[in-house]
Amino acid sequence: MSFFAKPVPTFAGHARGLSHRSFLRLCLLPLAVVAAAFFLLPMVKLVIVGASGETGLSAYAAIVTQPRYRATLINTVLLAAATTAASLAIATIAGLFLQRHRFPGRAVLVAMLTFPLAFPGVVVGFMIILLAGRQGLVGELTSRLIGEKLVFAYSIQGLFLGYLYFSIPRVILTIMAAIEKLDPALEEAARALGAGPWAVHRDVILPALVPAFVASGAIAFATAMGAFGTAFTLATNIDVLPMVIYTEFTLSANIAMAAALSVGLGLVAWAMLALSRSLTGGTIAAAG
Amino acid sequence: MRDRVIFGGQLLFTALVAAFLIVPAILSMLAGITVNYFRGIGSGLTLQWVVAVWDLYAETIARSLLIAIATLAATLVVGVPAAYALNVRGGRFARTVEEVITLPLAIPGLAIALALLLTYNGFGDFRRSWLFILTGHVVFTLPFMVRAVMAVLSGIDVKTLDESAASLGAGPWRRFRDVIVPNARPGILAGALAVVTLSLGEFNLTWMLHTPLTKTLPVGLADSYASMRLEVASAYTLVFFLMIIPLLVAMQLLADRRGTLERS
Repeated sequence: MSFFAKPVPTFAGHARGLSHRSFLRLCLLPLAVVAAAFFLLPMVKLVIVGASGETGLSAYAAIVTQPRYRATLINTVLLAAATTAASLAIATIAGLFLQRHRFPGRAVLVAMLTFPLAFPGVVVGFMIILLAGRQGLVGELTSRLIGEKLVFAYSIQGLFLGYLYFSIPRVILTIMAAIEKLDPALEEAARALGAGPWAVHRDVILPALVPAFVASGAIAFATAMGAFGTAFTLATNIDVLPMVIYTEFTLSANIAMAAALSVGLGLVAWAMLALSRSLTGGTIAAAG
Repeated sequence: MRDRVIFGGQLLFTALVAAFLIVPAILSMLAGITVNYFRGIGSGLTLQWVVAVWDLYAETIARSLLIAIATLAATLVVGVPAAYALNVRGGRFARTVEEVITLPLAIPGLAIALALLLTYNGFGDFRRSWLFILTGHVVFTLPFMVRAVMAVLSGIDVKTLDESAASLGAGPWRRFRDVIVPNARPGILAGALAVVTLSLGEFNLTWMLHTPLTKTLPVGLADSYASMRLEVASAYTLVFFLMIIPLLVAMQLLADRRGTLERS
């Protein structure tokens, strides 16, 4: 009934003066405005300001030529690499275990391992203070056990622990998803051919997980490179790149240098992710 | 026997990792309701620290909620139509646009914040208002909305839906509103949960963009970690947990439901 009550369909959109194509353009307009005004334009400005200091364009070289910045860069890269390696190792062991066994309490363990996913870096820093700070659990336990209070939250070890806290939940989710997609037939075949559990892991399971390692490892690395909140909360004289950028900007008012270092940091983080995608892109699609 | 030892070893390892993540969170929740954390839980339980947080920081909590809702509104208005258009256009153009708007995930927040500051420092009123923080949050969360909606749209036959609605006489706007949006709802919901959770916890950008009059919850948290007693800092963190846990649970339920639908 209602169908007949409607006006006879004409050439839909055209009749109302708005073609499908122009509607699509209209749909993209807000995105274009927001991206241009609040991302692309500021990024161009950042690159220009980076070259506007006393040293001009060579500010961009300072990140590797000036000993202080170079040492910071090396520190940051090493810390990020250590975080990535440790998170991957931990997530693989725990992930394989959780995906291969069903036991009471498993769901609780999974929930506990992924719960901190939404914690901002500042909160992670506070977690490390509660664990290894001046009033922390580790200090409390060690002073009772060995009579010496162990406090390391405000050192590079504390920062490493914080980055680990931050990246374990993210890495474990990716790796568990990858393990779920593994083909059990391959393992069975390897076992039938006489491979022991160690050989199965080394020759079958781990190689199949490489794309997940590359993808989640790159994200962990890029995040650790740029992490600011955790370092800020643990605030000691730990020289990592984001902290140096922050002090250059606020304390030294060396805005050009802060901009140049930010561009460098952004490039490293972006390159890492782009590289991992070009390495895994095809493989992941094939596995999915 | 050997299997049991291996199982036990792996279980112990996994439990230790879980403890590393969860014990400090529990300590912090307890510290927020303990009379004196230094003397331990034996000193009694209290809500005085939570009340103190309310007196000191209620404004930051309200502002964070306001910014999260505004960020959600902006990402809906900007992101959902864009995801539809990108899905229909497809090809290299769509991939390039997606690539560009996903860049803020790869570039550290500090760099983006610095870029925004350098660009808009001259616009005093805008720079001093909470809208300045909003722009940072929108840039940072937009890719989550666009990608979540695009993921759902790529799983349905948008073209056929669009064409059949057009053949029934629906104009482009009506097709978008009455056909595309209802079909994209799971993606919009997933994107919305991610956007609100991320906005509520955003610190790296916000710390650079805020002024003393536009502090948000995470900015207040950093402030309390540096200058307040441990109990107040913990109670404040507890308030933050209480705000994000329902969002996390909702996200999990949504993911589970989708998983079940996919499997069935």
